[in-house]
Amino acid sequence: MFGIVGWGAYVPQFRIRVDEIARVWGREPREITDGLGVSEKAVANYDEDTATISVEAARNALRRGQVNSKKIAAVFVGSESHPYVIKPTAATVVEAIGASPYLTAGDLEFACKAGTAGMQACLGMAKSGMVEYGMTIGTDTAQGRPGDALEYTAASGGAAFIVGAKPAAEIIDTCSYTTDTPDFWRREGAEYPSHGGRFTGEPAYFKHVVECTKQLLSKTGTSVKDIDQVIFHMPNAKFPSRAAKLLGIPPEKMERGLVVKSIGNTYSGSSLLGLARVLDQAKPGETILVTSFGSGAGSDSFLLKTTKEIAGLAERAPTTQSYIDRKKYLDYAVYAKIRRKIKHE
Amino acid sequence: MTHRKSLSLNWRRIPERYQLLGNECATCGAVFFPPRALCSKCRRKGTLEDKKLGGLGEVFTFTAVRSPPEGFEHQIPYVLAIVKLKEGPFITGMVTDVEPQEVSIGMPVRSVFRRISEDGKHGVINYAFKFVRA
Repeated sequence: MFGIVGWGAYVPQFRIRVDEIARVWGREPREITDGLGVSEKAVANYDEDTATISVEAARNALRRGQVNSKKIAAVFVGSESHPYVIKPTAATVVEAIGASPYLTAGDLEFACKAGTAGMQACLGMAKSGMVEYGMTIGTDTAQGRPGDALEYTAASGGAAFIVGAKPAAEIIDTCSYTTDTPDFWRREGAEYPSHGGRFTGEPAYFKHVVECTKQLLSKTGTSVKDIDQVIFHMPNAKFPSRAAKLLGIPPEKMERGLVVKSIGNTYSGSSLLGLARVLDQAKPGETILVTSFGSGAGSDSFLLKTTKEIAGLAERAPTTQSYIDRKKYLDYAVYAKIRRKIKHE
Repeated sequence: MTHRKSLSLNWRRIPERYQLLGNECATCGAVFFPPRALCSKCRRKGTLEDKKLGGLGEVFTFTAVRSPPEGFEHQIPYVLAIVKLKEGPFITGMVTDVEPQEVSIGMPVRSVFRRISEDGKHGVINYAFKFVRA
């Protein structure tokens, strides 16, 4: 039996309210917050980036899983905001968690789903006996062009998962769905991503999330009724709720993982932070469905079942909710400074 | 593009900066951070072994920096503290995610992993421990 042995979340403490961003750009705040279902987003401090967030999440995962970092034999960091274009974030994480240098590591990029792609890689390596434990991390300090629709939700945060034997949550099965869909991209050297506006909906998010989830349900012979908790990638609160409706999933099965409302869209961290919050509150024997989405475009679906090993794990490290509750508000000017949106040269 | 600052200077200190790796004298139990080559008490009779420090401690004393050195201009006012770690050593580090008026002597802190500095727009980014309120 293989699956998640330990998990850890990290969300920076700063928040900016969506209505503060709307005020600056002359938009009606209620229109924006009602349209997105998001009231505020998490903002990384000036001294935080994808590497620092990944390290904090990774340390929480090690603490929660009580895994010796020397036994981690693979580390993957999925993000679209790696601090360097060339120089791996994963190598910094490896060194900071005190893992052995005799391991494989790499940075992954698939818009918002690179962290779940890493989970599939770790599962394959653990199952085949290549590694005892693999670690995958999904983190972003997402950038939205000032004034763009994405700026209201583009947030910072991440989650780390250790995959191995004797899991707290068994990964029963996983599958993916990938097509070339130009819904959202960032070219080499471009500071901010571009997107296709409404094109990000039907042909991108909904098609991939729904098709991938349907494929997993059919492959595993599972019905929506058998599942206790569902997490979909959360670009806002409306998209996952609508995808759930299309699949006949009742809203109460989405609520626990819907972290986007108060921290925004943490991109590669999004579905994984939802999963971390669900696991924090899970009891043995719960069935969990996760489907990520990455623009470009693709989805990874996972069917998990919690085991007796999960009892008592949540409190061994700070919970996702404790990070969500810990917050300090910024005004737009300070937010623009610490996210380096003000140019000095 | 050439870099301006020494790469090896920071690289050499990665274990202590990333993991709070100090050392402990197996003879007298004294803990050192940064790690020492020789126990200050036992001298040649001491045997030093690596020791990873837990990162928990309290503010022994602190100052708010308002006239920063180059590279720290966008972080002012920031707090620089001497922290007394649970294992014993006193260690100098920045306290982050706080305003200076929120810091007090005796305040419990724990270490976190943060960006410290970067060598201009094209150089390397240096990471290390900082402290936050525990």
